[in-house]
Amino acid sequence: MLKQIEGSQAMAEAIGLCRPEVICAYPITPQTHIVEGLGAMVKDGRLKGCEYLNVESEFAALSVAIGSSAAGARTYTATASQGLLFMLEAVYNASGLGLPIVMTLGNRAIGAPINIWNDHSDAMAARDAGWIMLFAESNQEAVDLHIQAFRLAEELSVPVMVCVDGFILTHAVERLDIPSQEQVDAFLPPFEPVQVLDPADPISIGAMVGPEAFTEVRYLAHHKQMTALDRIPELAADFAAAFGREAGGLLKSYRLDDAETVVLAMGSVMGTIKDVIDDMRADGARIGGVSLCSFRPFPIGPVREALQNAKRVVVVEKDLAVGLGGVVAANVRMAMRVFDVPVCTVIAGLGGRSIPKTSLRRTFEAAARNELEGLHFLDLNWDVVNRELERAGEKRRSGPVAENILKDLGLIMHKVM
Amino acid sequence: MNKPFAITLDVGSSLANLTGSWRTSKPVYVDRIPPCNMTCPAGEDIQGWLYHAESGDYRAAWEHLMRENPLPAIMGRACYHTCESACNRGQLDTAVSIHAVERFLGDLAIKEGWLITDKAPPTGKKVLVIGAGPSGLSASYHLARLGHAVTLCDAGPLPGGMMRFGIPKYRLPREVLDAEIGRIVALGVELKLNTKIDDIPKAMKDGGYDACFAAVGAHLAKRVDIPAPDAARILDAVSVLRHMETGEEPPMLGRRVIVYGGGNTAMDVARTAKRLGAEAMVVYRRTREQMPAHDFEVREAEEEGVVMHWLRTVKQVDEASFTVEKMTIGADGWPQPTGEFETIEADTLVLALGQEVDTTVLSKIDGVKVTRDGTIQVDQGMMTGYPGLFAGGDMVPSDRTVTVAVGHGKKAARNIDSWLKGASFAPTPRHGLATFERLNPWYYTDAPKTVQPTLDILRRRTSFEEIHSGLDETNALFEARRCLSCGNCFECDNCFGVCPDNAVIKLGPGKRFDFNYDFCKGCGICAAECPCGAIDMVPEEK
Amino acid sequence: MPNETVQPIKFYQTGTLTVGNRLLDPEKRTVQASGERTNAITSGHRACQGCGEALGARYALDAAMRATGNRVVAVNATGCLEVFTTPYPETAWQLPWLHSLFGNAAAVASGVAAAMRAKGRPEVRVIAQGGDGGTTDIGFGCLSGMFERNDDVLYICYDNEAYMNTGVQRSSATPPAARTATTPAVGDKPGNVFGTGKNLPLIAMAHGIPYVATASVADLRDLEAKVQKAMTIRGARYIHVFVPCPLGWGSASQDTIKLARLAIESGLFPVFEAEYGEVVRSRAIRRKVPVEDYLKPQRRFAHLFKAGKPDVDRIARLQAVADANIKRFNLLRPDGDA
Ligand SMILES: Cc1ncc(C[n+]2csc(CCOP(=O)(O)OP(=O)(O)O)c2C)c(N)n1
Ligand code: SF4
Ligand SMILES: [Mg+2]
Repeated sequence: MLKQIEGSQAMAEAIGLCRPEVICAYPITPQTHIVEGLGAMVKDGRLKGCEYLNVESEFAALSVAIGSSAAGARTYTATASQGLLFMLEAVYNASGLGLPIVMTLGNRAIGAPINIWNDHSDAMAARDAGWIMLFAESNQEAVDLHIQAFRLAEELSVPVMVCVDGFILTHAVERLDIPSQEQVDAFLPPFEPVQVLDPADPISIGAMVGPEAFTEVRYLAHHKQMTALDRIPELAADFAAAFGREAGGLLKSYRLDDAETVVLAMGSVMGTIKDVIDDMRADGARIGGVSLCSFRPFPIGPVREALQNAKRVVVVEKDLAVGLGGVVAANVRMAMRVFDVPVCTVIAGLGGRSIPKTSLRRTFEAAARNELEGLHFLDLNWDVVNRELERAGEKRRSGPVAENILKDLGLIMHKVM
Repeated sequence: MNKPFAITLDVGSSLANLTGSWRTSKPVYVDRIPPCNMTCPAGEDIQGWLYHAESGDYRAAWEHLMRENPLPAIMGRACYHTCESACNRGQLDTAVSIHAVERFLGDLAIKEGWLITDKAPPTGKKVLVIGAGPSGLSASYHLARLGHAVTLCDAGPLPGGMMRFGIPKYRLPREVLDAEIGRIVALGVELKLNTKIDDIPKAMKDGGYDACFAAVGAHLAKRVDIPAPDAARILDAVSVLRHMETGEEPPMLGRRVIVYGGGNTAMDVARTAKRLGAEAMVVYRRTREQMPAHDFEVREAEEEGVVMHWLRTVKQVDEASFTVEKMTIGADGWPQPTGEFETIEADTLVLALGQEVDTTVLSKIDGVKVTRDGTIQVDQGMMTGYPGLFAGGDMVPSDRTVTVAVGHGKKAARNIDSWLKGASFAPTPRHGLATFERLNPWYYTDAPKTVQPTLDILRRRTSFEEIHSGLDETNALFEARRCLSCGNCFECDNCFGVCPDNAVIKLGPGKRFDFNYDFCKGCGICAAECPCGAIDMVPEEK
Repeated sequence: MPNETVQPIKFYQTGTLTVGNRLLDPEKRTVQASGERTNAITSGHRACQGCGEALGARYALDAAMRATGNRVVAVNATGCLEVFTTPYPETAWQLPWLHSLFGNAAAVASGVAAAMRAKGRPEVRVIAQGGDGGTTDIGFGCLSGMFERNDDVLYICYDNEAYMNTGVQRSSATPPAARTATTPAVGDKPGNVFGTGKNLPLIAMAHGIPYVATASVADLRDLEAKVQKAMTIRGARYIHVFVPCPLGWGSASQDTIKLARLAIESGLFPVFEAEYGEVVRSRAIRRKVPVEDYLKPQRRFAHLFKAGKPDVDRIARLQAVADANIKRFNLLRPDGDA
């Protein structure tokens, strides 16, 4: 059913349709609207048979989820940013125990400096935690990915994180197609756990494993994700057949035919990139795009296949591995290591910095001319940076960097704190 | 379930890990001899019979008791219960009132008419027992149970020896005495009263006896020379007490009686005199603390109005007044005369200075030796120098109590039995003592002993009614349950409960426990927490 | 009840405090005395010799299993109990059991309880358990949250007064003066400092939850009664069990129960029950002992008893702690003998 609805509310409705049995969450912007929506649905009876817990921290939220999932309940939680870091120990634990929890990550920057706006730093911090990580390009896909996520998680007994860009998706009001309960029920069978805490058949979950078996345990987790490389496209196909629209899959390519410059990105920025590609194509540029949906497992084969004819690859990513560069680009380079093709990293949109089409176009054109450096910071204000570096060079106590920059930019006139 | 590898495990799999290999010392169950059993002169398995009494199975308790001692109702009254002084419970609150439970069992058996029926098949051997006192009765009983034909002769008109002629009625009612003796006779013992045997070897030969046990006691009163006019009335304690039983009339004691001596017999006579209406006094040359009489006897005598004169010796007896000399305790602990004199108004002196054995009959037998203190010498197996002639009780060197005598009778019987079979009797070796230190008394809650009701003091001064009554069933049960079961597992489940490794196997009621050494790590908690000290930790050999 | 547990009266002592007092009605006898007890932790676990925690956990969980007809799930924090029971490939647990992390047992248990409610199986009860570190320190946030929400979980803390699994470091349950690896017995204030630490049972009470109790491996009957009672109550419940650790305390393995007993009898460990934030009962001291009796057998307090110069000041301060408990919980009463 088509609805004019906020992204978060739409996701909440979709999650509700998946009939979760336990939901627990702790508030953090920009995830709040999703769990508020679900809370209201439980409270007013729209979502039946579901226990909703307001817990005291994200660590507790995921811990509750671990308990309820191990006890055989379909379990959902959501977080963002600092919250993900706060629960990180449990993030690893949930996957280590093979618990099919679905969690929405409303992608947001990580402080300090504290920042509530969107980027992918939080997701990147948990990239090796053993979760399947799917990035939604649009709110429609965010809705659809959650439905697929439960099925994927439960089939493989592995937790799935659905990453949605904070504010850009979570707070945007759009016209979205919310499926019916019958459609979701037909797609998503009831949860049948591979292991469950049941007095009728007691088992011990969470043993201590020493060197003699730890590698094997880890390999099996890896193997599970490799299996997901097959299952994700299959599920996406199933989904398309059932719901009549594309969503998910490992990646989606855009106007790749004869593309010499290929731009790869994850999440909502792909919308802007597609616009830029369209504009440049209109002007005759041979440019195309790849929207990566499955970041974990990382589809090395499909990425390589998609990029095999490119002369250059530009990875636009909303994160920074400080001291190295782009995380996604590093992964892409791994896929491309057999080809002699430059992979450039464009760090963009950190902490909610807008990503204007003009800036992107300028950057892609530079890339097409082979003038783009390996690591490029989109719209970096070099004046500010240089001034701060200068100050820092002069005296040891040059004051707080962020504040200095804001002062330089004329955004604050004096110390406010 | 298709469980995840390594992370998820099936229940009970730890049983594959045999932690017993960690052990450096291991627990073992032991039986230790409780101090009550250890000290009982009659060799009773006190803890053993209390075991049955605790569960209310009094018949079993009585039968268990009767294995060692045929006179529980008498013992429960007349025994000075050294067991209770030794009882570990005394270090906790008060000793278990063993005698009271014993008496309860004995009285119950009399009331119910319980009899001992299991007897060994007849051996064809004949044994002559001389003296129907506690020792002779006990020997007869055990010999009869062992299948021998027993003839029990006594020179007196009534059986019981000192139990009848030494212990006043108010401590041992005669119905009780008669009932327990009657039960022994009912076992097939031939009792011949008024039968004095002067020539034992001849009597044995004539009667075709294969062995003889002599236990005629010590009833020659010791005397001292005190200057006295012929008219002065001087009696001895044994005769007075005997007269109480045999005479038609009570003995003529006069109005004021002085009993000279500090033993239990002195108290018995003084209390008897009191009951007969006399003014009773005790003169003793040392202090109260040094009196050989049991404290409770002295206390009861005092309660009943017997007047005590400590540190006095009788110097001169006149018709109506006695001269006594004050004594003092010298540095060596012995009484010393002070040269100060007093006069006490009295008309009768009863000497209670102890008894001696009449050795005339035995000393003339070949090989029989008399010791320096006038008793008959016997070997380890209670046999005199004359083969087949055994002796016991007050005749042989030892403490002179009813219980010791009963013990002698049993010991002699078992040795006679072995001797008749041509073997020598080897008592089963005893376990180590269950000392208080081995117990973990925490687990026993406070339960002070039950006090036996005592007769009203006025009646005590004037009648020969038994002064202590027995326990009723509830009290006897409670009292039995105060036993700590020192040194013997009582299946309290502590070891089973406290083992952190579930390495104690419960074998079921009455079967106790076993250790599962596959898993026992040897921590020792079971031994430390065993209330009764029935677990030892022993080093593992490597 | 199965036949074997109804042991015919055979032999017992009046009023004994032993595991198997057959004077009691069969249904009042301890779970541990029963040959049919579930042995929630079975043999073959790798706890040290004489481990109080292994014992306390079996006592508690066997009682819970009995109380619920075995319908109970346990969630375990990281710590000795977890490590010694479940090293791959062997588990000692006989009931459904889950270990997630060190600091989240209470929350995980809340999750299990929520799942059971959602699944329509509220008869399956949930126990969370952990050491003192996992409870009073790292797991405190989750625990407080579980309390505050009044989730239907019984949390059991096995207090051995330090982080044992990692080699005996101080926790906020470590008593003053105790030597641990991080409060060594050196300097002029050897061991853990006075005036620190927290009293979790009292904090639990402050949440106003239906039931809070302290218990000890030295009083099995009391412990079982408390677990049983806790299982009759819905909502958040907390039981704090005192479990000596021979390794961490430097005590003899056979002294585990004895030390737990002395802790009670000296007043250092008050045993009590509270309902909705109010103390409703305490267990009176039976045979009062000075704190020295408890401290001396433990090497972690050895520095207080140096030959020739005992640390009388600090022993007196510990005695003052005991005396304060005695006063606060009214532990010296005529009904001292159970
Ligand atoms: C987050 C985290 N921090 C630290 C540890 C290390 N650690 C594991 S067990 C433990 C000590 C446990 O102490 P306690 O909870 O008192 O239980 P005990 O071992 O004493 O029974 C520690 C510090 C851990 N596993 N996880
Ligand atoms: S260190 Fe302490 S708590 Fe841990 S297993 Fe050993 S005795 Fe038990
Ligand atoms: Mg600890």
